[in-house]
Amino acid sequence: MLTPDDLTTFIQGLLSSIDAGFLLDRVAPALNRGLLVTIKLVIPSIILGVLLGIALGAARAFGQRPLRRAGDVYAYIFRGVPLIVQLFIIYNALPKLGLALDGFAAAVLGFIMCSGAYHSEYIRGALLSVRQGQIRAAQALGFSRSGLLLHVVLPQALRRALPACGNEFIYLIKYTSLAYMTTCVDLTSEARNLAAYTFRFPEVFMVCGLYYLALTSLAGLGLRWLEKKAHIPGFGRSK
Amino acid sequence: MSSSNPATPAIRPAAAEPPVLEARNICVSLGGRLILDEVSTTLARGELKVVIGPSGAGKSTFLQCINCLTPPDSGRLFLEGRELNRHDSFALRRFRQQVGMIFQDFNLFDHLTALDNVSVALRKVRGLPAKEAKERAMQELERVGLTLRAKLYPAELSGGQKQRVAFARALAMDPKVLLLDEPTSALDPELVGEVLEVIRHLAKGGMTMLMVTHQMDFARALANEIVFMDVGKIVESGSPAELLAPGACTRTADFCGKLDHMGL
Repeated sequence: MLTPDDLTTFIQGLLSSIDAGFLLDRVAPALNRGLLVTIKLVIPSIILGVLLGIALGAARAFGQRPLRRAGDVYAYIFRGVPLIVQLFIIYNALPKLGLALDGFAAAVLGFIMCSGAYHSEYIRGALLSVRQGQIRAAQALGFSRSGLLLHVVLPQALRRALPACGNEFIYLIKYTSLAYMTTCVDLTSEARNLAAYTFRFPEVFMVCGLYYLALTSLAGLGLRWLEKKAHIPGFGRSK
Repeated sequence: MSSSNPATPAIRPAAAEPPVLEARNICVSLGGRLILDEVSTTLARGELKVVIGPSGAGKSTFLQCINCLTPPDSGRLFLEGRELNRHDSFALRRFRQQVGMIFQDFNLFDHLTALDNVSVALRKVRGLPAKEAKERAMQELERVGLTLRAKLYPAELSGGQKQRVAFARALAMDPKVLLLDEPTSALDPELVGEVLEVIRHLAKGGMTMLMVTHQMDFARALANEIVFMDVGKIVESGSPAELLAPGACTRTADFCGKLDHMGL
């Protein structure tokens, strides 16, 4: 049982562990280094992941049957297999088949492929929600298939998919912490190494958590801004 | 009604000129049911032809077959005497650019302002530079009296205004013929007038139109020819004067009587 005494001990421990010197001299440099790597992992993964998701989503919603099937199978596999296993396969199994990637590239590739599968699901749903009548109107004006997808359907679908895709961005930031599977030394890996070396787990991991919170808050703000920027009367919430 | 002699067409084509649009023996089945059974029609330049008939007659399907939004199973389509090969997607797009369409529920692009709704096809289909497309779009909006609404989105427009934007959008492509699929059916009664006014203007200006409608007063006053459809066939056709003459025992007169009776 947890007693009030335990709680007091915990809080005292927490307070006594705040050691400005340690935090500034050891924790901050290591975690900043890791943060930089995490950011380098996140940015290409988000951008290429969402592009892959758009292509896949469009193929799954509007492609010819074989393309649609291929997209469905892709999403089925990459949503169905744990990301950590996917990273193992990319980093450890593919070299045996003749495709060797360094840790960073392997991690980014894994994140792109996985988040692309998730994005494709959100985008597919949003694409299918665009009213059929508008597609007919675009066809009647002489739009080609790709033209109407690009200029009529996607601009509306992406606005509808934005909240869900934003959720996926936040997830992605957090699951880059799996990059250690490919020996890529990101924020979490730096924290683990430092904590293991100094044995000061509480402060190192709490600061590490704060770093992630800062990243996801920033992403959240960015998404809020994007949603506002992309807002059009008649879409989503009315202001 | 306002028109003194409704039977007189606005403009008669020169004898040698081919019809602007011809649909020949259009057949289509949907879900195993024959919707259109060898329907044919011809539109001379400047002609306004009105298609009427009970619901389920295939009127809308017929219109949609003409620009292949619903691909016909068989039949031939001609624009100014040239036959459309509808399996050639480039030719089909060229054809559609010249055959404007107005829908019952407007189908404006929800993410674009009124102005961009009109200019987007000019830019992306016809390849006009942005500035030129914008100028042209403003002209078209002016024509339907919506200059002041150019910056508004469809969600901010009334039904009548939306339909007028849809007209501007179709007209900006310089269509040779306009297909109108019940353009006033989704409108509140007090908004019908403004849309009919646009159509009246177009008819006076010599636009060739094929229109499905239940606005019989309007058809009587402006149509050069009324086509009555039922169960996928054209049952009868003729000028409003012929079909609706007092005492004429036609399906059209019978049908109009029912509409009048219902106060439509």
